Amino acid sequence: MLVYAAKRFAGLAATLLVATALVFLVLEVIPGDPAQVMLGINAQEDTLAALRSQMGLDRPAWLRYLDWITGFASGDLGTSYTYSVPVADLVAARITVSLPLALLALALSTLIAIPVGVYAASKRGHWQDSGIMALTQVGIAIPNFWFAMLLVFVFAVTLRLVPSGGFPGWEAGIWPALKALMLPAVALALPQAAILARVMRSSLIDALHEDYVRTARAKGLTRTAVLWRHAVRNALIPVLTILGLQFSFLIAGTIIIENVFYLPGLGRLIFQAITQRDLIVVKSVVVLLVASVILVTFLVDLAYALVDPRLRRH
Amino acid sequence: MSGLFAIEGLDVAIHGTPILKGVSLEIARGETFGLVGESGSGKSMTALAAMQLLPHGAQARGRILLDGADVLSLSEAAMCRLRGRRIGMVFQEPMTALNPVKTIGEQIAEGLVLHLRLSRADAMERARQLLDRVGLTRAKVAPERFPHQLSGGQRQRVVIAMAIACRPDLLIADEPTTALDVTIQAQILSLIREIADTEKMGCLLISHDLAVVAEMADRVAIMKDGEIVESGRTAALFANLQHPYSKALMAASNHVPKRPKGPPRTPASHGTLPILSVRELVRSYPQPRRSIFRAAEPFIAVDKVSFEIRAGQSVGLVGESGCGKSTLARALLGLEAPNGGTIEVLGQDPNAARGATREAVHRAVQVVFQDPYGSFNPRHRIGRVVAEPLHLLRGEISAREMRERVAEALVEVGLSEADMAKYPHEFSGGQRQRVAIARALVTRPKLIVADEPVSALDVSIRAQILDLFADLRARHGLAYLFISHDLSVVRAITDDVMVMNGGKIVERGKTARVFDHPRHPYTRMLVAAAPRLADALAIRAAIEDERTGP
Repeated sequence: MLVYAAKRFAGLAATLLVATALVFLVLEVIPGDPAQVMLGINAQEDTLAALRSQMGLDRPAWLRYLDWITGFASGDLGTSYTYSVPVADLVAARITVSLPLALLALALSTLIAIPVGVYAASKRGHWQDSGIMALTQVGIAIPNFWFAMLLVFVFAVTLRLVPSGGFPGWEAGIWPALKALMLPAVALALPQAAILARVMRSSLIDALHEDYVRTARAKGLTRTAVLWRHAVRNALIPVLTILGLQFSFLIAGTIIIENVFYLPGLGRLIFQAITQRDLIVVKSVVVLLVASVILVTFLVDLAYALVDPRLRRH
Repeated sequence: MSGLFAIEGLDVAIHGTPILKGVSLEIARGETFGLVGESGSGKSMTALAAMQLLPHGAQARGRILLDGADVLSLSEAAMCRLRGRRIGMVFQEPMTALNPVKTIGEQIAEGLVLHLRLSRADAMERARQLLDRVGLTRAKVAPERFPHQLSGGQRQRVVIAMAIACRPDLLIADEPTTALDVTIQAQILSLIREIADTEKMGCLLISHDLAVVAEMADRVAIMKDGEIVESGRTAALFANLQHPYSKALMAASNHVPKRPKGPPRTPASHGTLPILSVRELVRSYPQPRRSIFRAAEPFIAVDKVSFEIRAGQSVGLVGESGCGKSTLARALLGLEAPNGGTIEVLGQDPNAARGATREAVHRAVQVVFQDPYGSFNPRHRIGRVVAEPLHLLRGEISAREMRERVAEALVEVGLSEADMAKYPHEFSGGQRQRVAIARALVTRPKLIVADEPVSALDVSIRAQILDLFADLRARHGLAYLFISHDLSVVRAITDDVMVMNGGKIVERGKTARVFDHPRHPYTRMLVAAAPRLADALAIRAAIEDERTGP
C-alpha cells in the first residue's frame, strides 16, 4: 500500500512539473514578447521597457522558469500588474471562497448521487427507476449557469431565503458565508450529481449480475443486504473515476458560476486577469488549479486502493 | 433411508417459455445424487429452483420438499433463513464466485453471523476452523487473504467452506470442478465426498461429465431439454441404458474418431522436411522486482522446449493451466517473439521472414482457439470472418477466387455457402467451432494449432468436431498440434503426445504408450487424476453389489 502511494505521489510530482513547463511555454515563450501582449499594440515604449524589466524578460527563458518555480515553492508568485499587489495575497484571499465552494459542491453531488443511484439500481425497471433516470437526463441537459439563474429567481428573488449574489466574507460569520455559497454550490453540484447517479446506477446493476452476488444470496443474505454489503463497494470504482474527472469540470464550472453570483473567488480572479491580460496572475492561478486537479486525482488513486484490495500490489 | 429432499413434478417457465418439465427426484440423507446433461438441459435451473434463486421472470410449479416441507411455498424471508443454513451451494466458477473486495474469512463468517447469531470474533474463529477443514491450513492460507491472492482450487475450497459453514442438510454442487485442472478436480471431488459422508449431508451433484458423476454419485438422473429421461442407481443405470438420448450421450463420451491406419496421404512436395521445428525455445516474462536492490527475476513460461512436427502428424500437448502450453502456442504462431531458441516453419524463421516468405510461413500454420465466439468480431459476417487469413494471399488470388475459397472451406466443415451472409451470433457453439476451423482451412495450411478446441463444447458436439478434425486430416494430410488439458480428447485424436509441466516437456512418446504406461511421476499423477468412466463404473458396480448382496 505504501509503495503504491509513493509511486502515485511520484507520478503526481512529475505531472505537475510538466504542467508548469507547459503553462510557462504557452504564456511566456510562445507569444515572443509577453510584455507586448499584456500592454497591447498601442503601448508606450517606456511602459513596455518598465514591464519587461519587472518581468525580467531580458534574461533567458529557462532562468525565468527556474525563478518562477522556486518562487512558487516558497510562496512568492510575483506581483500582479493590474492590481499591483503580490499575486500570493490575491490568491490567498480568493481561495477562501473557491475552495469551500468546490468542496461543498463535491460533497453535495456525492451525497445526492450515491443514494439516488443505489435506489434507482435497486428499483431497476420500476417506475421509481424510470423517474430518476428521466430527472438525471434533465440535470445533464441543463447548463449550470442557466440553472444558477433559475435558482436565484426561485430562492433569492421570489422566496428571499438566500442572497442572490456576493460574498460577505468569513469574518461575517460562518452561517452568512455558507448561505452565500449555498446556491452556487447547488448550481454546480446538481448537474454533476445527475451524471454521477447514472454511473452509480449502471455500475451497481453490473455488480448485481456478478457471481459473488449469487453466492451471497445462496448464503442467505436478503436482497438489500447483498446490495449494501457486497455490490455497492464493488460498484464504487467507476464512480470514483468519474468523481475525480468531475473535479476538473467543477473547477471550470466555478469560473462561470462565480461570475453569475459575483463571488470573489479564483474563478472570477482568473476571468478578470484574462480579460485584463495580466499574464502574471493567469500563469500562477492556472498552475494552482492544475495542482488541485492533480491532487484530487492522487486522492482518487488512493481511494481506489482502499476500495479494491487487488490494486494495492501495484 | 429417510427422504431428505425431494422434487416432485417441478415445472419452471421463464416468461412463458417452459424450461423444466415435470422434474422429479429424491435424495436421502448421506446420499449423493448426480444430475447429468448437456448445456441447456435444465440442470442448473433445477438447483436454482431448489434455492428459490431463479432468474427474473421465472415461475416454478410443483413441489420441492425439504424434510417434508414445501420450499416453493415459503416466503422470501423464510427462504433467506433456509439458504445457507439448511441448503448450501457450491458454484462452477471459483474465480468469480467470491467477492473480490472482502477477505475470505469475512465471507465465510458472514453466514455464521447471520444464521447462528455468532459474535464476529466467534464467527472468525469458526471460519478459521472451516478453512482448516477444507484443507487450507492457517500457515498456507490465512483468513485475512483476499480472493485474488488464491489459486482457482483454493478459491473453490473457500466456496465449499462457505457452503458447509452452517452444516446444511443438503449440499448442492453445480459443476464444482468444471473450471479446474484434473489434479485439482480430483482433490475437490474427494473433499466434497468426504464432507458429505462425515456430515451425513445429502448432496446434489450437477455435472456434464459422466465420469465425474459415475465416480461420485450413488444415484444418477440424465436430463435433456428440461426433462429427466432416465434415472436409477449409478452402475445399474449405466450398465443398462434405455433411453436413446442416454445411449447417445454415453457413446459420445467414449467417442474415438475413426482414423486411417498408417500415415495419412501427404503431399509429395515436402519430402521429409518437418513442417515445424522448434529448438530450445525459451519464453520468459519480466516480473515485478521484489526489492529495489535486486534485479527482477524473469518468470520462465517456456523453458528450452524442442520438438518437430512432420506433415500429417497429429501431436498432442497436455498439461495443466499455467504449465506454459498456451504461451508455447502463441510463440509458434508468431504472436510473441521467443527470448531464446529457434522456431522454423518449413525451414524458415517466422519472426525473421519478410515479404512473400513471411506470408508463406504464416499461411502454412493456422490456429483454432478454445472460445470461437470470443475470436470472432461480432459485427462481421461469417464470409468476412472466414476470409480474414486470406490477406496472406494478397495479389495472388482474385476477389472471386477468395469467395470461392471461403465457400469451399465452409462446405468442407459441414456448413454451407449460404452461411457466409450470417453473423456469428446466429450459430450454435458447435457451428461456431466449425466456422473457426473453416477460417483455419481457408489458406490451405500444412499445420493447424488447436488450443483447447473442444473444451467449451458439449460431449455430443465434441464428438462431431473430433470427427471433423480426423476427417480433414485424412483428406488433406493436415498436421495438428492439439493443445488440451483433457487427456481423453488427446488420446482420441493424436498419435504422439508431449506432457508439459512447469514450462518443460517432461515426457513424450506415442500417445497410447504415454497414457497407458506413464514414466514421469507428473504424467503418472495426471493420468491417475483424470476420471475414467469405465473404471469409475467398475468401482461403483462393486459397491452396489456389496450393498445389495447377501
